[in-house]
Amino acid sequence: MDEEKTLKVQKIKNGIVIDHIPCGRALKVLKILNIEGDIGSSVSIAMHVRSRYGWKDIVKIEDRYLEEKELDKIALVAPTATVNIIKNYEVVRKHKVQVPDKIVGIVRCTNPRCITNQNEPLTPEFYVISKEPLIIKCKYCERDMESEEIIENII
Amino acid sequence: MMFKGKDIVSIKELSKKEIDRIFEVAEEMIPIARGEKKSEILRGYVLATLFFEPSTRTRLSFETAMHRLGGGVIGFSNPKATSISKGETLADTIRIIDLYSDVIVIRHPYEGSARLAAEFAQHPVINAGDGAGQHPTQTLLDLFTMTREFGDIKGLNIALIGDLKYGRTVHSLAYILSELGANIYLVSPPLLRMPKHIIRELKSRPVEVDNLDDIVEEVDVFYVTRIQKERFPDPTEYRKVAGTYSITEKLLSKAKKSAIVMHPLPRVGEIATEVDKLPHARYFQQAFNGVPVRMALLSLVLGVV
Repeated sequence: MDEEKTLKVQKIKNGIVIDHIPCGRALKVLKILNIEGDIGSSVSIAMHVRSRYGWKDIVKIEDRYLEEKELDKIALVAPTATVNIIKNYEVVRKHKVQVPDKIVGIVRCTNPRCITNQNEPLTPEFYVISKEPLIIKCKYCERDMESEEIIENII
Repeated sequence: MMFKGKDIVSIKELSKKEIDRIFEVAEEMIPIARGEKKSEILRGYVLATLFFEPSTRTRLSFETAMHRLGGGVIGFSNPKATSISKGETLADTIRIIDLYSDVIVIRHPYEGSARLAAEFAQHPVINAGDGAGQHPTQTLLDLFTMTREFGDIKGLNIALIGDLKYGRTVHSLAYILSELGANIYLVSPPLLRMPKHIIRELKSRPVEVDNLDDIVEEVDVFYVTRIQKERFPDPTEYRKVAGTYSITEKLLSKAKKSAIVMHPLPRVGEIATEVDKLPHARYFQQAFNGVPVRMALLSLVLGVV
């Protein structure tokens, strides 16, 4: 099934395929991975692709692999996504992203009066209150943040 | 239950058992707080009061609490005269003061600052208000006042009145009251309703009412807060609203005999002065209760009781 869909955009030799991205979020995924301009490898995006569960976006990035932190960031933007690691045209690993229980150092608190936004030697930290819908709470100021707000504040 | 070394940052981190223990100690502290009995249990200990924002009651009652127990106090209430004005981080300030003292009380304009202080200090830190965030010792003294009056919070009808949007004391208070099983009424002008994220954390859904008259006969505790003029773009609107939510002798004539009126103070006309002489008035007692509650907290976190 996925094979057939991914064929809509070219197959890649080595790299990653981020599949099952909620419709319309593909560009946000690229943004949080800092993919803009010349990154030295090809990137393909498929938006609004029919899938078994409705519509989805797909992102393929050649010669690029992800760090743990980046997987956590993707989970915040696209909690339904799967990351396929491709080596020599084959899927060698499939990784379903997961929202971690604690979010450390990847999101900035939206509250301008939070102490984490004041040049103190602190790493922003959040507890996950709910995964569906995503709600997180700042460990310091206890302010809640929800989906769009979280995405806008990914570091 | 280990209190020694415990930080008091947010009311949410205190269990019912811990709150009961604080109140048990506070009760014993009352004669010492009144000056009727002498105590030296905190002799040799130093409290640092770091007030980055002005405060009268909170700072003075902490300092009184420490003095009444024989301890010493250092600190400031005007950060302009300190190295903070030279651009020092709060983390560094805390690290240094921590070396000079045994317990730190902090009030700071930024939310989450007390949590930061607790992380950087080895000694216990007590939050005396962090911006619009938490002010747990105010919540505890409010709760202590209600507990002394009624014994149990469960089933009490408590009306939180006035500015429920910006007033930080009502946010933590609503949280703990709902945890303890009180029925909460929220009485405020539409512009100053309690934020949704605060209501979402309450165990049972509070009843929102626009008009005090509708509930006056059922209420056990009228918890009144100040409606600040600067929240209203139009001064006429402010005067209209402020008048609607004020507690008067006439209103209280319809209230239960046992009902009490509380206010974190300062008040600016929300409670008519004619109420002061009525048996319902409890706000001055409430302000006094800040001393025994803070004495209890200081001696518990320092591990002397």
